[in-house]
Amino acid sequence: MNKVKKTVLNQVHRDLGARMVEFGGWDMPVQYTGVIAEHLAVRSAAGLFDVSHMGEFEVSGPDAFVFLQFATINDLSSLVNGQVQYSALCYATGGIVDDITLYRFDDEKYMLCVNAANIDKDFAWLQELAVQHKGDYELVNRSVDFAQLALQGPKAAAILGGLTSADLLSLKTYHFCESDVAGMPMIISRTGYTGEDGFELYCSPTDAETLWRALMEQGVPQGLVPVGLGARDTLRLEKAYALYGHELSAEILPLEARLGWITKLEKANFCGREALLKAKSGGVRRQLIGLRLTQPGVPREQYSVRVAGREVGQVTSGTMSPSSRQGIALALVETVAAKNESEFSIVIRGREISAEKVKLPFI
Amino acid sequence: MDFPEELKYTEDHEWVLLEGDLVSIGISDFAQDQLGDVVFVELPDVGDTVEVGKAFGVVESVKAVSDVYAPLSGEVAEVNTDLPDSPETINTSPYEDGWMIRIKPDDLSVLDGLMDATEYQAFIEEE
Repeated sequence: MNKVKKTVLNQVHRDLGARMVEFGGWDMPVQYTGVIAEHLAVRSAAGLFDVSHMGEFEVSGPDAFVFLQFATINDLSSLVNGQVQYSALCYATGGIVDDITLYRFDDEKYMLCVNAANIDKDFAWLQELAVQHKGDYELVNRSVDFAQLALQGPKAAAILGGLTSADLLSLKTYHFCESDVAGMPMIISRTGYTGEDGFELYCSPTDAETLWRALMEQGVPQGLVPVGLGARDTLRLEKAYALYGHELSAEILPLEARLGWITKLEKANFCGREALLKAKSGGVRRQLIGLRLTQPGVPREQYSVRVAGREVGQVTSGTMSPSSRQGIALALVETVAAKNESEFSIVIRGREISAEKVKLPFI
Repeated sequence: MDFPEELKYTEDHEWVLLEGDLVSIGISDFAQDQLGDVVFVELPDVGDTVEVGKAFGVVESVKAVSDVYAPLSGEVAEVNTDLPDSPETINTSPYEDGWMIRIKPDDLSVLDGLMDATEYQAFIEEE
């Protein structure tokens, strides 16, 4: 086993009394005071997350664009300088290597932000693709060069605005700029994983603690709280954002996982395209849907989903929604059931609990 | 963390309190703290029997599902019917409002084998 890794803020979390857990090979805070309180603070005010475990790769050079057009399923040609794109890496089978965000600095410089648990796998995969698709570009794993903090919630802009010279009013969602926060240089990206307005700040690891303290000092009077991975999960689930290892995996196609909107099959060529075209013409077997329990209970990953007593799929993520106080689940089910049925049940400890299909996101 | 002297404790982190003929059962302050925000509670019905060492109920937090084990055998005489609607009571008042069931015990001598507050505290420090 590899040693569990720590972000540069590990001691800050411990000093705040966080409960630490291992996540994707990292020792991370799961909660500081409580998942529900942290979740609700992000919905009503703001939360600060240490997401330094995420990975960053840089692809640069005259052929960076061509390489990334092949390596990712979304279409880079629509991307302008300073814009961020949600995308994914797929195997030739169409199964998902990882979901990513892709940053365009200029036409010869891009950055990929990847999931913590997948850093080594993703980088090895891209290196393998690079061997097959040679060109004038460089692929560098820069994960150790960045710490990342996410500031999320309706008060995020007001908090950050007091600490930066960047013009946040003109920084639109899914755009970024290179600027300063609390006098330190960093990338300010108007992105996140909570469904709220907010920012992801990429800074030097040596500046991370100063940045954390500056944001807390500025934000606490406006309701800012530190938020752990527990609430990060419930926040993303209420907004039906996929999480690798749950909704996404090598065995799941993006077309099954509600990622059709980033799967640009009309793009000339990309890894996985043939398999995905074939899957689409043959009819996609499964679909990810949202279920809300109409009886008390908490749906969990891998619980069986049934229609009229017959298993049609499984829960991929489930929780008690802190916002609505109802059991909610994403479930991968047979396409026929996903399309035609509205009444499902989820088997919890041997009992069928009624659930209705709902439009996503949940809130 | 609070461990009242008048209670007995199990290695599975339940507490018991002998009140007249009945024994009240709940989960300890340590257990609720470890679980985090409790969002769902499943309890037996009055008249059900519970068996020592076997699960009689379920407590779920946002992140985890946890069985609650019977510290002794008996028949369920009372159930805390407030808990399903306000499961967070287990977090805020684990020893009082957060009690789970009261049973008519088959054999009270089982209580002698349980830990007192001092022993339980030593036990969780070791864990």
